[in-house]
Amino acid sequence: MSVQFSPEKLDKVNEIVARYPQGKQKSALLPVLHLAQESFGGWLSPETMDYVAELLHIRPIEVYEVATFYSMYNTKPVGRYMFEVCQTGPCMVNGCDDIIAYIGEKLQIKAGETTADGLFTLKTVECLGACGYAPMMQMGKTYREHLTKEKVDRIIEECRQQAALNN
Amino acid sequence: MKKLLLANDHIEGIRFYDVYRKNGGYNSVEKALKNMSPEAVVEEVKKSGLRGRGGAGFPTGLKWSFIAKPEGVPRHLVCNADESEPGTFKDRYLMEFLPHLLIEGLIVSSFALGSNVTYIYIRGEYAWIVDILEHAIGEAKANGWLGKNILGIGYDLEIYVQRGAGAYICGEETALIESLEGKRGNPRIKPPFPAVKGVWDRPTVVNNVETLAAVVPIINMGGEEYAKIGVGRSTGTKLISACGNINKPGVYEIDMTVSVEEFIYSDEYCGGIPKGKRLKACIPGGSSVPILPAKLLLKTAKGETRYMNYESLSDGGFATGSMMGSGGFIVFDEDQCVVKNTYTLARFYRHESCGQCSPCREGTGWMEKILKNIETGKGKMSDIDLLWEIQSKIEGNTICPLGDAAAWPVAAAIRHFRDEFEWHVRNPQESQVRNYGLADYALV
Ligand SMILES: Cc1cc2nc3c(=O)[nH]c(=O)nc-3n(C[C@H](O)[C@H](O)[C@H](O)COP(=O)(O)O)c2cc1C
Ligand code: SF4
Ligand code: FES
Repeated sequence: MSVQFSPEKLDKVNEIVARYPQGKQKSALLPVLHLAQESFGGWLSPETMDYVAELLHIRPIEVYEVATFYSMYNTKPVGRYMFEVCQTGPCMVNGCDDIIAYIGEKLQIKAGETTADGLFTLKTVECLGACGYAPMMQMGKTYREHLTKEKVDRIIEECRQQAALNN
Repeated sequence: MKKLLLANDHIEGIRFYDVYRKNGGYNSVEKALKNMSPEAVVEEVKKSGLRGRGGAGFPTGLKWSFIAKPEGVPRHLVCNADESEPGTFKDRYLMEFLPHLLIEGLIVSSFALGSNVTYIYIRGEYAWIVDILEHAIGEAKANGWLGKNILGIGYDLEIYVQRGAGAYICGEETALIESLEGKRGNPRIKPPFPAVKGVWDRPTVVNNVETLAAVVPIINMGGEEYAKIGVGRSTGTKLISACGNINKPGVYEIDMTVSVEEFIYSDEYCGGIPKGKRLKACIPGGSSVPILPAKLLLKTAKGETRYMNYESLSDGGFATGSMMGSGGFIVFDEDQCVVKNTYTLARFYRHESCGQCSPCREGTGWMEKILKNIETGKGKMSDIDLLWEIQSKIEGNTICPLGDAAAWPVAAAIRHFRDEFEWHVRNPQESQVRNYGLADYALV
């Protein structure tokens, strides 16, 4: 089977399960899905979800229900770098519309799409708790704040360089 | 003003245990665990007058006294760090820069409630803060503040961080509990209340990050001293996250005697509005609370100065007042469009509705559509009354308060800015290029 956690990650799963009372291992579902998404290509394929169900001794449907409810789980493949730009009121007041349009133009994609080379996905999201540092976006585990067009240029360049190094 | 929560946030390295401890950190744990009973801690919090900082403002000590104590059933404290209300980013600041303050507050509060396993439920996007918190928990444990037999008094406590995955609704306490059980964040019908049947059907208390951090100064200084700060039933200090069109966006700790005008214009806080623009409107307590035009923001309908506290912000009810809410303070200058802002908020609530109740599921989508039409020059005059009608049918008819939270911003925008909506309908072309004038709203 191609979907299989490494021994280190399986230890992590066991450590997470031990945080809850006996028999309540379903509580580990959200954290384990995060771990799975990070480990298996940035999204949750049906195969990945079935694997998680088996691991936690719950039914696959219980995993699908959760994976489709929460916006951070991707149930379709995404680019290597996800630009999740906030578009809610406080960010709008600070010009997020221009930033979203600029990224779209620069990468030649619309919100929700991935570039043909599979490198970038642009996604619009709702308030991320960075309203004072707007406009902003989430990129993986971190936030990029006080965005300007120049800053966006630099970030895209950084990603391209990093991707070239890793290839 | 004397700061209680952010007094030490400027100290280099305060994020780490040694520096935090050297600056008086964990003294409240020593005091509570060695010299006080759990009941005495609850009593002290009652005396402090502390009200929940998550948005509803419910008295914390009273909430704690409701927790059921059936024989042999474990109880849990859960810290609500879901922080997803637009305009709100104060809990993030606290956790990012003063993680040990939260851990300290959690230990004392867990002791008071008899929780041996306490969870911090944090919004999934704050991924790097999970690392910060887990590091702080590790340090606290290595120094004997967590684990078995803390300070030799026979009390055991573990704290775990649970990461959400992107759902505003999981900030609602029963949805949070569902999520912690590994399910979709569908709010539960109350009763039973979490204090009786919460996570895994065990008695549970859910409190906001800032609420639990405030327990530290309360124990250190005593509830009565804490209650002397502030005014009336707005005791102690409050964190405000300020954003929008201001010179100094950020997180500020205030005692609740500051006037709204001082908060916006003084250099100690927001530092005024950029480029000398005029103030048009403000949402003073997070996206769910009513927006106020400038003239009702700085002064109440009776012409009295409005202050940054629970009572004063809600003076006039929803007709002419607003709410303290979560402390997310959003300022709009003369160039901002109220219709557009209301549209983004309606979109937010449609996106975040869990879909369980039809008034909320259908109503939020409908309101978003109408607002989008008006904003993009496709609206009709009758749409404005229809919007009013829809919001009034959501309010009070849903399982959880998200329905109300979606209705209130729309209601307030129409109540105070109806002519701006009408202007959009009458001038579909023009409204795309410029904003409605602000003769009636602005305060120079
Ligand atoms: C839709 C919705 C979202 C909420 N989001 C949060 C949140 O992100 N953080 C929070 O502390 N409370 C939030 N609350 C309030 C919680 O339900 C609960 O009242 C609060 O955590 C209690 O803590 P407190 O008494 O310390 O304020 C939300 C409520 C609703 C209805
Ligand atoms: S009011 Fe909305 S969010 Fe709350 S339970 Fe009903 S549908 Fe879900
Ligand atoms: S509105 Fe964009 S981060 Fe809050």
